[in-house]
Amino acid sequence: MLTRTLGRTPYFVVAGGLAVIFLFPLLWNAWASVSGQPGTAQESGYGFGNYRTLLDYDAGLWRYLLNSTVVSALTVVLTLGVSLLGGYAFARFDFPGKNLLFLLTLAILMVPYATLLIPLYVLLGRLHLQNSLIGLSLVLAMFQLPFATFMMRISFEAVPRELEESALVDGCGTAGALRRVLLPAVRPGLITVGLFAFLAAWNDFIAPLILISDNEKAPLPLAVANLRQQSMGAVDYGATEAGVVVLAVPCLVLFLLLQRHYVRGFMSGALKG
Amino acid sequence: MQVKAADPAAAEPRTRPERRARPSRATPPRWRSRKAKGLAYAAPTAVFVAVFFLLPLLLVGQMSLSDWPLLAGDRGLNAPENYADATDGTLFWPAVRFTLLYTVIVTVVLLGLALGLALLVQESRPGTGFFRTVYFLPGALGLASASLLFWGLYSPSTGPLSGILEELGLVDDPVSFLGTPTSALLSTVFLIVWKFAGFYMLILLVGLQRIPQDVFEAARMDGASRGQIFRSITLPLLRPSLALTLLLSVTGSLLAFDQFFILTKGGPDNSTVTVVQLIYREAFQRMDLGTAAALSVIVLAVLLLFNALQFRGLRRADES
Repeated sequence: MLTRTLGRTPYFVVAGGLAVIFLFPLLWNAWASVSGQPGTAQESGYGFGNYRTLLDYDAGLWRYLLNSTVVSALTVVLTLGVSLLGGYAFARFDFPGKNLLFLLTLAILMVPYATLLIPLYVLLGRLHLQNSLIGLSLVLAMFQLPFATFMMRISFEAVPRELEESALVDGCGTAGALRRVLLPAVRPGLITVGLFAFLAAWNDFIAPLILISDNEKAPLPLAVANLRQQSMGAVDYGATEAGVVVLAVPCLVLFLLLQRHYVRGFMSGALKG
Repeated sequence: MQVKAADPAAAEPRTRPERRARPSRATPPRWRSRKAKGLAYAAPTAVFVAVFFLLPLLLVGQMSLSDWPLLAGDRGLNAPENYADATDGTLFWPAVRFTLLYTVIVTVVLLGLALGLALLVQESRPGTGFFRTVYFLPGALGLASASLLFWGLYSPSTGPLSGILEELGLVDDPVSFLGTPTSALLSTVFLIVWKFAGFYMLILLVGLQRIPQDVFEAARMDGASRGQIFRSITLPLLRPSLALTLLLSVTGSLLAFDQFFILTKGGPDNSTVTVVQLIYREAFQRMDLGTAAALSVIVLAVLLLFNALQFRGLRRADES
């Protein structure tokens, strides 16, 4: 309609112009991280000086990458495990307190992140999980539960009941039916949940800022933010730009590879609305 | 969806009447074990919700009523001192005002742009897939990463923006993007819009695609103009999706932290301190967890109230 009345040129000009604005900061940052700037490790010309600064910064890039990987992997595994079992229970079983528990799980969404972090800081201290990557992962997994449980519940509900019942008749227990029959059927839901959990854990800033006090244990976003205060107020923009690249690349690659699964998350959100 | 709706109805008569037929006797073992199994599968969720959600909620209430220095821990009840301290602080009302102002600006700009983008890439034309992906791409980044990126982009020493604006003849002197209260606010709004516009576009796009095409066809047959179709069909039918984006944007903005912590550090002159930043400062700079907890409870109460109002509004929209 629009194309017939206006022709395609204005559409391409507007859409293309917007695309340039959206891409520019990303491209500029990638370029700036390898190009020469005074006051950085890469004084002139092109090269990876800024990345070398990052490798040597404090506990070292590898350490921070490891911290981020551990936190993200633990969060993904915890979220997938809990929401797989929980989704199965909510979709296929009747038990006392089922609706209350489901509502309470969704209620996590209603409570602002930041207001829970202050008591969680104290609580993790009491559980001897303060300043620990495990404690941080448990908290991040909890914040993923509303979306993950909802997603897994509707994934299980979409599987025909006959599929599971024939497995039960064939002598599988419910655990066997879950493992052999249902798991393959809900795999797309699991991928969506895992992707969201990974992106949230990899990128989270305020939770490690509050829950991790030891610089050795900082995940990458916190480490890169701390790096700016390095060396007596002299700001190393180059190293920060390199840090942003290291932070962004896994997210962009995963998003581009798993776009379809990402969009499914939105479809379920819209179903709910 | 159809399978799901038909299925429970088919499955229930098999089990339920059996149970109702013998009310006085013990529940059949198969049914009881199914209940137990359901509980067992839900147990991890229940533990998570209890330990990491309900317990902290109770604890934040207790902390807000207690003298609770960061290092010394609980020193007993002192209510309502923390609440008085929280609201008496010189930054409290400025932070509330700033957070509200920021929320209004971000929400208006963000939803307007997202709606525009969604309409722009709604129809499939050559390149729409590419444009959708590009608009969404910043959304794949973390907020902290995006803030660090813009911190470099806005920097007076290495940032390219000032130079570009001068080249284009839009400004005469170098622009200080974070130097004044107004420019710091607007620069942060630009960052947030860049990061989230594609995300909200996607939600609205899903909503747009759920509107049946024949509604538009019929309107066009009746000779409705494009403006009329937008106002009388698209907007009302898009209302649930718009409500969702409104809820997400307002909640997210009221809780803004990363972007200001990284980009402006609350400056210049504490002009961009948000309420959540205030919680952080009370807890870890002034080392008073009690007052931080009181602030948390206030934020929690305000947001619950806001969410309740939103849900009521949503339900009314559904009924009409």
